[in-house]
Amino acid sequence: MLFLQLFWTFLKIGLFTFGGGYAMIALIQNEVTVNHAWLTSQEFTDILAVSQMTPGPVGINTATYTGYTAVLNAGYDTWLAVLGALMASAAVILLPVVLMVIAVVFLRKMQGNKDIENVFRVLRMTIVGLIAAAALQLLTVDSFGQPAFSLQFILSIAIFVAVFALSLKRVSPILLILVAGVLGIIIYSMIPM
Amino acid sequence: MCHFLFKYNNYGFLPLLNASITQMMVKYCELFYSFLKIGTFTIGGGYAMIPIMEQELVDRRHWMSRDEFLDQLALSQSMPGVLAVNMATGLGYRLRGLRGAVSAIAGNIVMPIVFILVLAILFRHFRDNIYVERFFMGVRPAVVALIAAPVFRLAQSAKITWSTCWIPILSALLIWLFDVSPILIILAAVILGFAYGRVKLRIKN
Repeated sequence: MLFLQLFWTFLKIGLFTFGGGYAMIALIQNEVTVNHAWLTSQEFTDILAVSQMTPGPVGINTATYTGYTAVLNAGYDTWLAVLGALMASAAVILLPVVLMVIAVVFLRKMQGNKDIENVFRVLRMTIVGLIAAAALQLLTVDSFGQPAFSLQFILSIAIFVAVFALSLKRVSPILLILVAGVLGIIIYSMIPM
Repeated sequence: MCHFLFKYNNYGFLPLLNASITQMMVKYCELFYSFLKIGTFTIGGGYAMIPIMEQELVDRRHWMSRDEFLDQLALSQSMPGVLAVNMATGLGYRLRGLRGAVSAIAGNIVMPIVFILVLAILFRHFRDNIYVERFFMGVRPAVVALIAAPVFRLAQSAKITWSTCWIPILSALLIWLFDVSPILIILAAVILGFAYGRVKLRIKN
């Protein structure tokens, strides 16, 4: 049953992803942490970190790792979790691949159609909202620590602001993730929690 | 095997065969191999992959013209799905039909999937390690910032104005505060865009 749900969920996610990996994050997050509660928000944040640091399309990486974790969290063993991971990534590409083949055969180019242009003008604006929602939903105690004057909270805010600023200056995200992680190891090791 | 076959393809003739570039028989294994390289060595997802794809398929292999590549890019961006996989599907299909598409997709995603599964399995064992935990305590706020930053960049390229800024704001609030499914928001956006265009047309006439 879990496998069917997993397949169906990622089928939907694939079909409604417009505008690349970041837009997909909002969809996956809503389905797996809110609707089905297969993962905690913290687990999802960790998956996003790993998916951006490893090679390949971020959407595929996130789907694979999410499928794996969801099955494992339901109490199955590693090999079934691997199966779940493969199912999630297959499901997420299935419908887009079919549609793309149809599009190449029948359209080849998508230009000049006013309806499509209008739809995409609104879609592009909506996707900005989707990504903003993904970021807002990740602003949790899981990721930042208790908002009392804990060391973790202050350090987390500092890392957030620094990475935000540097990312706008187009510093590589992989570099930023690695530096933030190493900072975490150094500072949390020096100061007893 | 690939190298053996490769030798007998005379790429020197290509400029003379302009009209039939896509009809040229690209070997499935070459297609797989090219996308394997692209998928394995690009970190940072679809948008990082596009220039590498262009270089490999257009400049190095001469499998297609730049115009054809850009047509496919425009099409890939206007269809649902992961951008890199859409590109692999369309380019593979243009070169060698359905099997070509499958070869390109397989090449593009096989190593990333293997890589992430190995990491996921290893991570289970090290999850309780104190240093791994500290690493992720540092990483989590960075990830949130990395997702927040493109919002502002994309807002510019989506040409959001004062009269349209309610669209992203309302979408974000509905998802964030009311747990509305982003799928519904996307559907609403499609309907709104379509209806807006039609109404504008009617007013003009």
